[in-house]
Amino acid sequence: MSAHSVEDIKQQSGRLRGTLQESLANQITGALADDDQTLIKYHGSYQQDDRDVRDERRRQKLEPDVSFMIRTRTPGGVITPAQWLKLDAIATTYAERGLRITTRQAFQFHGVIKGELKATMQAINAALIDTFAACGDVNRNIAVASNPYLSNVHAAVQAQAEALSKHLLPNSRAYYEIWLDEEKVAGSGEEADPIYGATYLPRKFKIAFAVPPSNDVDVFAQDLGFIAVIGADGALLGYNVSIGGGMGATHGDAETYPRIADVVGFIAPDQVIAVAEAVVTTQRDWGNRAVRKRARLKYTIDEHGLENFAAEVERRSGVAFAPAHAFEFVHNADAFGWHQGDDGRWHLTLRILAGRIWDRFSDSGDDVRHLTGMRDIAKMLDAAGGATEFRLTANQNLLIANLDDAQREVIDALVAEYGLDLHRAASPLRKAALACVALPTCGLAMAEAERYMPAFIDRLEERLAKHGLGDSDLHLRISGCPNGCSRPYLAEVALVGKAPGRYNLMLGGDHQGQRLNTLYRENIDENAILDTLDTLFGQYAAERADRERFGDFAVRRGIVNSSIVSSKALPLELIA
Amino acid sequence: MSPANPATLLSTLAQSPLSSEPYAQIARLAEGLDRDGLWWLSGYAAGLARAQGGAAAPITATSANSDASSDSLERTRLTVVYGSQTGNARRVAEALVATFEADGLPVRLLRADAYQTRELKDERFLAIVISTQGDGDPPDDARALVEFIEGKRAPQLPQLRFAVLGLGDSSYPQFCVIGQRIDARLEALGAQRWVARADADLDIDTVAGPWSVQLFAEAKDALKPRPPLATVTALRPHAHAPAAWTRERPFAAEVLANLRITGRGSDRDVRHLELSLEGAGLDYEPGDALGVWIENPPALVHAIADALDLDADAAVSHGGESLPLRDWLGRKREITRLSRPFIATHAAHAGSDRLNRLLAPDQRDALTALMGQSQIIDLLQAHVGAWTAEALVEALRPLQPRLYSIASSRKVVGEEAHLTVAHVEYLYSSPHGNAQRWGAASHHLATREEGASLPVFIERNERFRLPADLARDVIMIGPGTGVAPFRGFVQERSAMRSMTAGASGRNWLLFGNPHARHDFLYQLEWQEALKRGELQRLDLAFSRDQGHKVYVQHTLREHGKALFDWLESGAHLYVCGDATRMAKDVHAALLEVIAQHGGKSAEDASEYLNGLQSQGRYARDVY
Repeated sequence: MSAHSVEDIKQQSGRLRGTLQESLANQITGALADDDQTLIKYHGSYQQDDRDVRDERRRQKLEPDVSFMIRTRTPGGVITPAQWLKLDAIATTYAERGLRITTRQAFQFHGVIKGELKATMQAINAALIDTFAACGDVNRNIAVASNPYLSNVHAAVQAQAEALSKHLLPNSRAYYEIWLDEEKVAGSGEEADPIYGATYLPRKFKIAFAVPPSNDVDVFAQDLGFIAVIGADGALLGYNVSIGGGMGATHGDAETYPRIADVVGFIAPDQVIAVAEAVVTTQRDWGNRAVRKRARLKYTIDEHGLENFAAEVERRSGVAFAPAHAFEFVHNADAFGWHQGDDGRWHLTLRILAGRIWDRFSDSGDDVRHLTGMRDIAKMLDAAGGATEFRLTANQNLLIANLDDAQREVIDALVAEYGLDLHRAASPLRKAALACVALPTCGLAMAEAERYMPAFIDRLEERLAKHGLGDSDLHLRISGCPNGCSRPYLAEVALVGKAPGRYNLMLGGDHQGQRLNTLYRENIDENAILDTLDTLFGQYAAERADRERFGDFAVRRGIVNSSIVSSKALPLELIA
Repeated sequence: MSPANPATLLSTLAQSPLSSEPYAQIARLAEGLDRDGLWWLSGYAAGLARAQGGAAAPITATSANSDASSDSLERTRLTVVYGSQTGNARRVAEALVATFEADGLPVRLLRADAYQTRELKDERFLAIVISTQGDGDPPDDARALVEFIEGKRAPQLPQLRFAVLGLGDSSYPQFCVIGQRIDARLEALGAQRWVARADADLDIDTVAGPWSVQLFAEAKDALKPRPPLATVTALRPHAHAPAAWTRERPFAAEVLANLRITGRGSDRDVRHLELSLEGAGLDYEPGDALGVWIENPPALVHAIADALDLDADAAVSHGGESLPLRDWLGRKREITRLSRPFIATHAAHAGSDRLNRLLAPDQRDALTALMGQSQIIDLLQAHVGAWTAEALVEALRPLQPRLYSIASSRKVVGEEAHLTVAHVEYLYSSPHGNAQRWGAASHHLATREEGASLPVFIERNERFRLPADLARDVIMIGPGTGVAPFRGFVQERSAMRSMTAGASGRNWLLFGNPHARHDFLYQLEWQEALKRGELQRLDLAFSRDQGHKVYVQHTLREHGKALFDWLESGAHLYVCGDATRMAKDVHAALLEVIAQHGGKSAEDASEYLNGLQSQGRYARDVY
């Protein structure tokens, strides 16, 4: 009776085909066959259901309200205004709850029903965007710094990320046959895949490119990171490479833990693909395929040793790591508002709460028209032509990039008209907070996250204000489960869901994404969370050093156990 | 019967089918037995006979009917049920089952949502491994089982020995409460605790291991294979008192459940009602209808009295009976559906030329449209007329009971009858504004809460019967609430299948409704029936799920070849639902399918279908 393992499913899938075609045609259920639920992830989609009505529907003798989340593969989260308009139309036609920006710079559509899945996938492809390998045990969407200052470096890094994303795609025609009605050709189902083989990776794999001084992609939370090193002339010299970061953990299982990546050395720009492929294939061959929750790269590295792993990467890639260059990150949040790049063009970073862009109409007159507003902006920019683009940030925000000085006024007016100006109006706390989707659709969620965040921030702001800390730029992250999509283990204050209304309270992250926080109180409800923080805020207000942040304070004063916090070598120690 | 000499009784065996040797053995055996021993022996023999009866293999039979599963071997097996969210409880349960299997002891393993709750009352040995989720919830797969065990319909369980292992995480305040609740509830239902409950924390095995070992030690003797013992069931008289309840003297059935079974996104409110017939002796067959006496909505009674400026409390005599007007209108008269005579009478009272014109022979379509779109109250409000209360009671038709196809089989639901009712409700727009209108009967049923009582009786429908030959296939076409009798059919046939050798007939259901997501009536039950092999085919027509409308007749044409093949091999065909459009369209589609796949002319196809009808193989229950 033992369950079919994910490894078996991958192996027997015929290069990610499984019985997806049959599952899609089966009218008796809105769901897919069990194995196909695993395989569809590799096509960029998760089967989910509305958990708010799960029990109600069971009584109604109806199966769960099954629908699908679809995630785009958009390296660096860069899209054109024309693409925006198409994605908006897809969200409006096929999905529920608008467009959502993920913490990996992808768009997610929620609530697409099985009968419309194929039409939705085709519409996404018609926008020249695909979803292939956006989920599953493969390289996921590659995150890229959305740095608004260093335009030229950004362009170079973005181009490398896009090339790498393409290079690390699985070699299978399955996506094109199933969704785009392409003919099966000889060899379908047996395509050779030199990078992934027949069983892909043991677990998901995440890559990010960071451009200091911003660590907006949280590069140390990634399996593989490339930290741009910029020469005195402003040109890209190469990258410091970091490996072995990861957020996921399982409650009550000490064998699983979040881990900060280690910097292993420096490489030249033209060595990126060889090194990335070597890290991927080493993880493919060395990773743990027997125990899935121990399969991420971070555990492989801890099992085999960092030096052994790095040496194997050097052997496979033929690249010798040079000593790492000095680098400094000053923050891991976004730079909101207008900034001029070094090419003279302007960029506006908007705050999007929890990444959700949608229209909501309420009887109280507090209508939200963000989707309509962005549609108007995209229409205007599309008509204007030029190099304007949108960039999704890894902090779930939205950057309108490459604008002329003359365009700023009209953009500002539209942003204000549609209430998209949270970057002006919101507190620093509200601007930096992250939340994963969680309930009602995420199957892993144990507690609320996205839906809960606005109300929780309201209450937290009251407590901060009470101690004269109303302008605090406290970094808050909420996650509905311990898997960590909102990278909670790097936040100064994090709530990690344990049960409806109950969270683990984590404290002690920094503002650079270089220090893990620590469990402070386990499994407590909102009142206990607020009371606990209220006491600590009082202490912080009275005893903090000049400009000392809450996370740093918590560590210095031993409120959280700093021996765990500093267990990972900080990258600065590796300065050559 | 007075006590008789065993020898005298045994002499009757001389006419038995036994040869002389076993006869002699039995006679010898009987001589040494007292009265209790003889009773036991008779049961023993009955049990042996039953075991040889060719029913499904006793240990593996998971189905269905409690009478059928009274097989004694089956009852001495251990049933292990698990409710698992993340797989831990499943793993523990599997390991437990493996221990018993290794010793050759009879055991079966069921996920909680696969456990047929009606088997609980006959279960003898039950182990439950169940986790507690979040803030004290059962795992999703066990919600229904927990609800049942904790609910008021849970049977007394004096025959049961049980053991419960709870799994949980002690960092939650509600640690293992589900296991604790089940354990306490089973005891309260009269069951006997076999081994003490254990609550396992994250380090599951340190608790689950010893618990399993203890259970095995306690259980293995009880589960040792032994010859089947006859049960009291085999000798129990099974006759019901003749049904004394009639249309005129209905039985007061308690509403056990009233559930909306369309999802939130549906614009239809379809109800599943479960009514108790306990103690009524109302024996129905699949295909029969339940007659229900309803009451009209009080708000409508008042609206009519107000519209005519009549006093609802004033006594009105009619036909030798005197009641307040509100009672006449509430319980004795049809006050929603318009009739031609009523319109004619109202036209006279109102002196309305417009209404009189509508009654002219050439205005039949307009009149039909009016009657389809409006209710009595709409007519009274649109055309002011002077009525006396007596005249009104005289003009309105007497209230009739409503007939609903029964959506259950007694073999599965016991002394209950289930109904599938579309709640008719809409906004009526008139110059007087919008007003809520209901179908009186469906509204009455839809608004009955659990515990309410409905006057009911059985209305036989001999023309809509399952084939007596259980090897025959059946094809059931039932879109919308037309699916109701087929739920009963499938229940009946699956119960018969597990009781009877050769009940091999296949079941094919064609169902349709607007949207799969919200209007797929009894979706979970059909999915389960397909998995269990109780339904062989299910073809669907969801009319609004694609650009063009798809109805059951389209689906039927699409599968015309298979349908004709089934008919040729003797299948019975049933249609239930809307008479005005669906039944006609389906009939036409059937003719086409028979013509096309049977290579017949239109006339021959028609003759073929008429032939089926006259053989009782094409039955319709349309309304």
